Amino acid sequence: MHALNDVSASFYQGEVVAVMGENGAGKSTLMKCLAGVHVPNEGSIYFDGKPVSIPNVNRATELGVAFIHQELNLADNLSVGANIFLGREPTKGGFIDRATIRSRTNRLIEQLGMQFTADTRVSDLSIGHQQMVEIAKALSQEARLLIMDEPTSSLTRHETDVLFELVRDLRAKGLCVVFISHRLAEVQEIADRVIVLRDGKNSGELPKERIDHDNMVALMVGRDLAFPEKKVTTLGKVLLDVQDLRVAHAPDERVSFQLRAGEVVAMAGLVGAGRTELARAIFGIDRIFGGTLKVDGTPVTIRDPRDAIAAGIAYVPEDRKQHGAIVEMTIRDNVVMAGLDRYQRLGFVQQDQHETVAVEAKEKLRIKAPTVAKEVGLLSGGNQQKVVLAKWISLGPKVFLLDEPTRGIDIGSKSEIYEVIEEMAEEGAAILYISSELEEVLRVADRILVMHEGQLAGELTGEEMTEERVMQLATGMDDSIS
Amino acid sequence: METQDPFLKRLVRGNQKTFGIIGLLLLIFVVTGLVERSYWSPANLMNMLRYIGLYGIIAIGVSFVIITGGIDLSIGALIGLTGVLFPMLLIEIMPDAPVLVAFAIILALSLVVGLVHGLLITKLRLQPFLVTLCGLFIYRGIARSVANDSTKGFGNDFTALRETLVKGELFGMIPMPFVIVLLIGVIAAVLLNMTTFGRYLLALGRNEQAARFSGIHTDRMKIYAYMICSCLAGFGGIMFVLDTNGATPSKFGNFYELWAISGAVLGGCSLRGGEGSIAGVICGAALVQVTTTAVFFLGVSDTHKFTVIGAFILIGVTVDELLNRYAARRRALV
Repeated sequence: MHALNDVSASFYQGEVVAVMGENGAGKSTLMKCLAGVHVPNEGSIYFDGKPVSIPNVNRATELGVAFIHQELNLADNLSVGANIFLGREPTKGGFIDRATIRSRTNRLIEQLGMQFTADTRVSDLSIGHQQMVEIAKALSQEARLLIMDEPTSSLTRHETDVLFELVRDLRAKGLCVVFISHRLAEVQEIADRVIVLRDGKNSGELPKERIDHDNMVALMVGRDLAFPEKKVTTLGKVLLDVQDLRVAHAPDERVSFQLRAGEVVAMAGLVGAGRTELARAIFGIDRIFGGTLKVDGTPVTIRDPRDAIAAGIAYVPEDRKQHGAIVEMTIRDNVVMAGLDRYQRLGFVQQDQHETVAVEAKEKLRIKAPTVAKEVGLLSGGNQQKVVLAKWISLGPKVFLLDEPTRGIDIGSKSEIYEVIEEMAEEGAAILYISSELEEVLRVADRILVMHEGQLAGELTGEEMTEERVMQLATGMDDSIS
Repeated sequence: METQDPFLKRLVRGNQKTFGIIGLLLLIFVVTGLVERSYWSPANLMNMLRYIGLYGIIAIGVSFVIITGGIDLSIGALIGLTGVLFPMLLIEIMPDAPVLVAFAIILALSLVVGLVHGLLITKLRLQPFLVTLCGLFIYRGIARSVANDSTKGFGNDFTALRETLVKGELFGMIPMPFVIVLLIGVIAAVLLNMTTFGRYLLALGRNEQAARFSGIHTDRMKIYAYMICSCLAGFGGIMFVLDTNGATPSKFGNFYELWAISGAVLGGCSLRGGEGSIAGVICGAALVQVTTTAVFFLGVSDTHKFTVIGAFILIGVTVDELLNRYAARRRALV
């Protein structure tokens, strides 16, 4: 089994290159070969025109290759300075030379135009700022090739802008910045060149002027399947009725909305607007401070997720690996996890029934795995998310709360997940679709609710569903309210 | 269509750890016996089975807690407390009451102890290590004060009870504690592998958040696990005092939690939680007994006993960890 098969790529100084491809296409593997995490079985790497071998990360650092992983590698209990010089602390008389660390770090931070200092604890920084610390670390090692794996996946729009500004600066200084991303719009915005991999091989390259959605998708999947045609929705009765809901995140705000059978309602907003907190409260994870909930016309009291499930509500959380699936367990055990009480007799689990339910779900959602006995952690992100969806679909809930269901998932799986969601709506479920990707929101939604600082800033339907209107409401710059 | 692997293959796959332990067990048993024949004598065999039973009971208890990702350090102290209380109840406090009432009181007390541990750990979010460490001090202290620091036993009374539960043998050859641990083991294995409760424990031990997000009452399940653990520790206290016929409150049961935890971990429970099989735990407890006895029979002086046992267990868990990593890599390639 080879993750990479005869791939060639060159990177020049002073350019921003996006490496794209579906999950499993070999992007990360290629980058790991450059960063000394993996050693290629065959082939050669030239750096500055000279053949080099990069057997380990130290050698990569020496050459000037820095790799910023998607999951940041910071010791968040230590200060910014301590992190930047971790493992190569300057010393004076055998002791760590704090003064030097502080001054060098502060100089770097200044270069990056950041507000924090060398003594700030990393845990006090936002994810966006933590990423800046990683970049500062790379700069302190005099990196010339900076590789970033999905740097924007957990950043707000504003943080992304700051990051891109910095990337342009670095480019102007002659660095080569390589970044892996799934977000086509961002690639379009920042990249000078796009290298696309497919199934471990070169699929093609796009120069700046040819970078657009269709070309990228065509190279990645070989066919255009990004979004299914939106079908005309026939609206049924109100399945979820939220009145004056108050949650811990913003206890002074009251949120009211309704979801009808058969509709997909997107919930847009900036990161931190309180969308996840709202969904968590409705699902009984966080406390509800006030307000009423009705499911299918019946008032319900929800104290914990079990109550929510009993009422017919399902929640696909934002963080798939922490909250969605138990990745060490099998597909089968995960699919039946929320329904164990149904598939039991006198407290005994019914293994045969588990098998049937799981196999059915695997086929329905086209989960790619040899058997349902496969560990979920060994599946691709898209298939893991399908397992989480399968867990709920097998229970037949009335209301789905989906929180960023396609985050970090490749395009092929994304479109399959859109199809599944469409199908659930057609079968009469009501769907709340929380997403930070505007493109996605506009394509999947019948209606858009926009949140801003814990309150519903507005609702958009029909012609009003445009990127501009969503952003106006999400950033609180809409004149018609406030 | 899904294809099912043959039964044998599935059996082996789910239980590599247990088979590994059994292999090690046999190795020590055979090698020690070859060096010192009296190790194989019926008397020693019965003796070992008896202690496998006694320690197995508390190892099974602690494995439930370990599976939730927790730990119970108070087992030995609780054994000390119940070990002095049980004879006191029968001889001094209520000599006329039926034995079963004394049993019920001890078990109820142990369940309450487990309930308190569980409540402190789940509702106040205290760390299991700290809660049960404090428990260790407190129950030891209570044992010493209720017994007024004097040794408690049955004297020449209750020989029938001691015979039936601990000293006697089934069919004249299988010591009763071993029979009892097998009974408890079967119940525990059914509970862990065939009921929703067991599935909930394994799930929350792996990923408590994801379990909670699936509608599992994780707090309640954890409390049950601590209650099972303390209940079996309390029962162990009764069994141990029936065996020795004398419980000195200052030291009865000292370190027993460590034997129980060693057994559970050798038997395949991961201290990270979410993993463990009851058959493995009983084998792990057996391994600990077989080893400590072997150390004695091989003539290691008492001075060096603990060093040898500690080193041995360390080697055992190291090899186990390495084998697991190898297996995980193999699995990832399939």
